[in-house]
Amino acid sequence: MDKEKNQPRQRKQKKPKSMAYRNAVAGYLFTAPFIIGFLLFLLVPLMQSLRMAFSTVKFEGGIAYYFIKFANFKYIFTVDAEFVPLMLDELWQMIYTIPSIIVFSFFIAIVLNQEFKGRGLVRAIFFLPVILSSGVLVGLETNNTLMQGLKDVIAETSNATSITDVVKSIFFAEGAYMGPIQYVFDAVDRVYDIAMSSGIQIIIFLSGLQTISASMFEAAKIEGATAWETFWKITFPMVSSLILVNVIYSIIDFFVRSDNEVMNHIKDTMTASVEYGRSSAMAWTYFAMIAVIIAIVSAFISKRVYYYD
Amino acid sequence: MIKMNILSKKSNKVKHVKNEAFKSFWERNRLSNGYLLKKTIGRKIFKFCRAIMLFGLVFLIIQPILSKISVSFMEERDLYDATIINIPRTWSTSNYELSSELMNYWKGLGQTLWISLLVAVIQVASTTLVAYGFARYNFPGKKLLFGAVILSIVIPPQTILTALYLNFRYFDIFGIFKMVTGQSLNLLNSILPYLMISAGAMGLKNGLYIFMLRQYFRGIPKEMEEAAYVDGCGKLKTFLVIMLPDAKPMLTSIFLFSYVWQWTDSFYSSLFLRKFNLLSNSVAGLADKLMQYIQDISNRTQFPSTAYTQAIISTGTLMVIAPLIIIYIVAQKGFVESLAQSGIKM
Repeated sequence: MDKEKNQPRQRKQKKPKSMAYRNAVAGYLFTAPFIIGFLLFLLVPLMQSLRMAFSTVKFEGGIAYYFIKFANFKYIFTVDAEFVPLMLDELWQMIYTIPSIIVFSFFIAIVLNQEFKGRGLVRAIFFLPVILSSGVLVGLETNNTLMQGLKDVIAETSNATSITDVVKSIFFAEGAYMGPIQYVFDAVDRVYDIAMSSGIQIIIFLSGLQTISASMFEAAKIEGATAWETFWKITFPMVSSLILVNVIYSIIDFFVRSDNEVMNHIKDTMTASVEYGRSSAMAWTYFAMIAVIIAIVSAFISKRVYYYD
Repeated sequence: MIKMNILSKKSNKVKHVKNEAFKSFWERNRLSNGYLLKKTIGRKIFKFCRAIMLFGLVFLIIQPILSKISVSFMEERDLYDATIINIPRTWSTSNYELSSELMNYWKGLGQTLWISLLVAVIQVASTTLVAYGFARYNFPGKKLLFGAVILSIVIPPQTILTALYLNFRYFDIFGIFKMVTGQSLNLLNSILPYLMISAGAMGLKNGLYIFMLRQYFRGIPKEMEEAAYVDGCGKLKTFLVIMLPDAKPMLTSIFLFSYVWQWTDSFYSSLFLRKFNLLSNSVAGLADKLMQYIQDISNRTQFPSTAYTQAIISTGTLMVIAPLIIIYIVAQKGFVESLAQSGIKM
C-alpha cells in the first residue's frame, strides 16, 4: 500500500529508491550483527573443524593440516573403544527421557494454568530449575558421590531403593513381563531429573495454553463437552505446534547439556590427548546424528501438528 | 451469600431470589437428583489430590536446596553422626569460611557480577536488533538467514569448540596483523573473544533469544510504527523510541536468562574466561582445591572424606546460586508473567 502511494512522488525525485529497497537495506543493517557473527564465529569455525576432521593437526609455529581422508573417522569407529558405546548410550537415553519430559511438562503446564491459591509461588518454584539445572550446576549435582553412596547403603539394607520397587513387589510376580508399565515406573523413579530438565518446556507450554481464547472452552461447555473431550478436541490441538518446539528444544538441551558423557569425551580428546582431528571428527559425527534425529522427529511430528491460523 | 441476602431484603419485589439463596445445600442437591453432591465431592477430591501432588513436586524441587543449606551449617563430625538429621547440633559457619577462602569468593563474585552484566547487556542488545530485523523487514535471503539462526541453535558448541579456540589463539583479520607486527594475535587471555562472540549474537543460547524476541516483536501491532513513520521518524529512532518500551517485559526476561545462564555457564567460561576468577569455574574446581588444601595443612597425601568434600561443594554451590536466587525472587513476578505472555509459536 505504501509502495503505491510513494511511487508517483518518487518518480519526480532524482534518485528513485523503492520502499522495498530501503526496507531490505534496513533489514540487512538490523541483522548485520548476526550475519557477521554467523560467518565469523560459526560458519568459518564449522568449516575449519570439518577440515580438521579430515586431517591431522600439528602445531609448527602456526597450525598445519595434513589431509588424511577418512582415517580419523575410521579411528573413532573402529579403534576408539569408548566413543560408539557412549554415543549409543546417549541416544538410547534420549529416546527414553524425552517422552517423559514432554508429558510431564505438558501436565504441569495444564495444572499451573488452573486457578488455585498460591499459584504464583508454585509457578516460581517450578521455573526454578531454569536456574538450578544450568551450566556447571548440573555437573555438580550428578557427581554427587555422597548421594550415590547413601543410595547403595539403602539398597543393601532394605533391598528396595524406590517406592516403585515396593509397588512392583506387591503387584507383580518376580520376573513377570512389565511392558509399558516398566517405563512408567522408571519415569516415576527419575521424576526429579525430569522435573529439573523441564523448566523451559513448562514455560513454553504455559504460554501456549494462555493464547487459547476462553470463548472456545465456553462454547464447548455449552455444547455439553466433558473435560476429557475438551482436552483432546481443543487444548491438545491448540498446543500441538508447541509440542514440536518442545521436543526439538528438549533434544538439543539433552545433547548439549554439560554433564553429557560424549561431550566430555570429545573435550578430553582435544585437551588431554591433543588430538584435534579426532575430536573434530567425533564432534561432527555427533552433530550429524543430532541433525538426523531432529530431522526425523520434526518430519514425524509436523505432519500431525494442527495450525489454528 | 451475605451480599445477596442484603440485596434481596432491600428489594422485596423479587422474593424468589431470596428463597433460592436460602435453600440449604441438601435441598438443592435433592432438586438436582444428587448431581450437586457428586459434583461438589468430585471437585473437592480433585483439589485435594492436586494440592498433594503439587506439594510433593514442589518439595522435590526445593529439597536439594534445603538439604544443602542444612549440610552447609554442619561441622565435619556432624556429618557422620547418625543421630543428626537435617538440623546440625552445633551451628557453624566454618564451611562457608573455608569454601569462601578456597573459591576466593568475594573477588570472584565481583568479577562474575560485572562480566555477566557486560555479556548479558551486549547479548541482549545484539539479539534484540537482529530479532527486530527478522520480525519487521523483508529482504532477499531472509528465510535462509533465519535457517542460519535455527542452525546456530542446533549445532552443539562443542562441534566448533576446537576451531574457535584456535581462531582466537592465532587471531587475525585477513592477515593484517601478521603484516604489521609479524605475528598473529593471541586473544585467549583477554575477555575480548567472548565479547566479540556475544556482539555477533553467537553466545550461549543466543539463537534461542533471537527466536523468542522475534516471536514477541511479531505479536506487537504495526500501527504504532506506521504512525511514527508517517510523522517522519526514522527507522532506528522508531525502533528505539516506539518498539523497545513496548518490548520491555520480554527484554527483561531475555536479560535475566542471559545473565543467569552466563553466571552458571562453564563452557565458554572455561574456554575464554579462564583468566578471570569466575564463580562457575571456581566451584567446578572446588573439590580439587579442597584436596590440595587438606594436603597442604596436613603435610602428607591425605584425602578429605567424601562426605566432607560434598559438604564443601554444597556450600560452594549455595554461595554461587544465592545471588541468582535473590535476583529471581525480586524479578520473579515480571519474569514469569512476561514469559507466559510471549506466546511462542512455531
